[in-house]
Amino acid sequence: MNPASETVFQVLQSVLVVLIAPLVLGWVNQCRAWLQNRSGPGIWQPYKVLNKLFHKDAVLAHNASPLFRATPYILFGCMWLAVGIVPVLATSLPFAPAADVIALVGLFALARVFVSLAGMDIGTSFGTLGARREMMIGFLAEPAMLMTLFTASLISQSTSLVTIVETLGQNEFIIYPSMAFAAVAFLMVLLAENARIPIDNPSTHLELTMIHEAMILEYSARHLALVEWASSLKLTAYFAIGFAIFAPWGIARAGDWIGLLIAIGALVVKLAAAGAGLALLETVSAKMRIFRAPEFLGTAFLLATLGMLTHFLLEQ
Amino acid sequence: MNLPLYAQLINLFAALLLLLAFAMLTQRRVLSLINLFALQGFVLALSTAVVAWSTHQSHLYYSALLTLALKVLLLPWILHRLIRALNVRWDVEPLINIPATMLVGIMLVIFAFNLATPIAQIAGTITRSTLGIATASILLSFLMMITRRKAVSQVIGFLAMENGLFFAATSTTYGMPMVVELGIALDVLVATLIFGVFFFQIRETFESLDIHHLEKLKER
Repeated sequence: MNPASETVFQVLQSVLVVLIAPLVLGWVNQCRAWLQNRSGPGIWQPYKVLNKLFHKDAVLAHNASPLFRATPYILFGCMWLAVGIVPVLATSLPFAPAADVIALVGLFALARVFVSLAGMDIGTSFGTLGARREMMIGFLAEPAMLMTLFTASLISQSTSLVTIVETLGQNEFIIYPSMAFAAVAFLMVLLAENARIPIDNPSTHLELTMIHEAMILEYSARHLALVEWASSLKLTAYFAIGFAIFAPWGIARAGDWIGLLIAIGALVVKLAAAGAGLALLETVSAKMRIFRAPEFLGTAFLLATLGMLTHFLLEQ
Repeated sequence: MNLPLYAQLINLFAALLLLLAFAMLTQRRVLSLINLFALQGFVLALSTAVVAWSTHQSHLYYSALLTLALKVLLLPWILHRLIRALNVRWDVEPLINIPATMLVGIMLVIFAFNLATPIAQIAGTITRSTLGIATASILLSFLMMITRRKAVSQVIGFLAMENGLFFAATSTTYGMPMVVELGIALDVLVATLIFGVFFFQIRETFESLDIHHLEKLKER
């Protein structure tokens, strides 16, 4: 396999995922609207919002530090790097050996630290409140996420996502019971990390309940656009990690052009299904009190632990 | 590990059974508890059917059907009717500290797995490794009975424990004789009916389904 075509695949994957990330968000919102008997804004709405925001003039608070200006770019960069590392379309990409799942979780943590600092930077009470809540959710969600990924690592004997995909998806099909636990735990972490409904409501600006929105309240124009784009990228990245571990079929090897077409088709189908599922889940469940969140994420952590235990019992 | 497909399916159902037992342990609402119980019964029926299909034991098909009829349809229906009659449908149980309960639950799972591993190694059945999971779900249901305060959820814990026992029987010995199974099924059904009467009696006496009131029964 020649390095040139691998690089082409890497660029293709990174660009494609960045371009379709707002579409994923639009699809989820559209599905939610349909389920709530509304006609909905259409799946292209996030692009229109981004376009509008990029054409506005940015307003900054007087006491904003350089950190506040830099954060949207760092955030967007982290998320872009994350979707470059995760095997979304193809395995054995040049970026893939750069980071395993632990580094990936660290990358998300880096983004979280910066966005929290930026939330506190202006000094408004909302930003600080949001940042504190975000850090609480984050420190509970991270171990659960790691345990989920370790369950998959135990099966494939590697913490590299590429090896996990190759072991689970490109060999013969085996049912791993421990993955049932890991899948439930991962779903709970996904909801918490992406500020989706049982933990946070992405469409609210109600003062007492918002977490993610509270932190980015001070951003406007191109900064806000980048932050919004980064959060849709984060959702897509989490979906992609979920696909890589729990539904790793159809992911091509780098340099395989026919496989790439199949991979794009499979990705579209999987994203559509996952988005609709997320919308359904958000519609049927209610937001829980912030003090229930530790319980929710504690459950996720223990389920992931249970998955590892089950692996030792059933799959040795 | 390259198990045949049916053994993988049984392992998967075993894992789902344990997952549902854990979900029941953390559930606060009585209504959701009953739905989870019905789902557990459904998984149990499926796993029994797979064991029957893989071992060609035709009597297990009957017990799968029995499980389906009794634990997925009849008992949840009775329980639904009961909670509607008692008007505790949306009751939220004041449960003491779910995370602590779950930690105890994990400990129980580890204990059960350790207990079952040596036994499983000398067993010859294809489903032997699921014994640990069966033991774990029995213990978890037991824990649920201990930590709950309301009578309805304790009864559901009891029924879920029976699910675990049934699964242990199928996974270790390919099921008990039909007579025993029928007897147990009848016992569970009658027990649920009698518990139903008890619920009404408890509520009539104490105006609540909280079992703690029973402790005040002694004379002063």
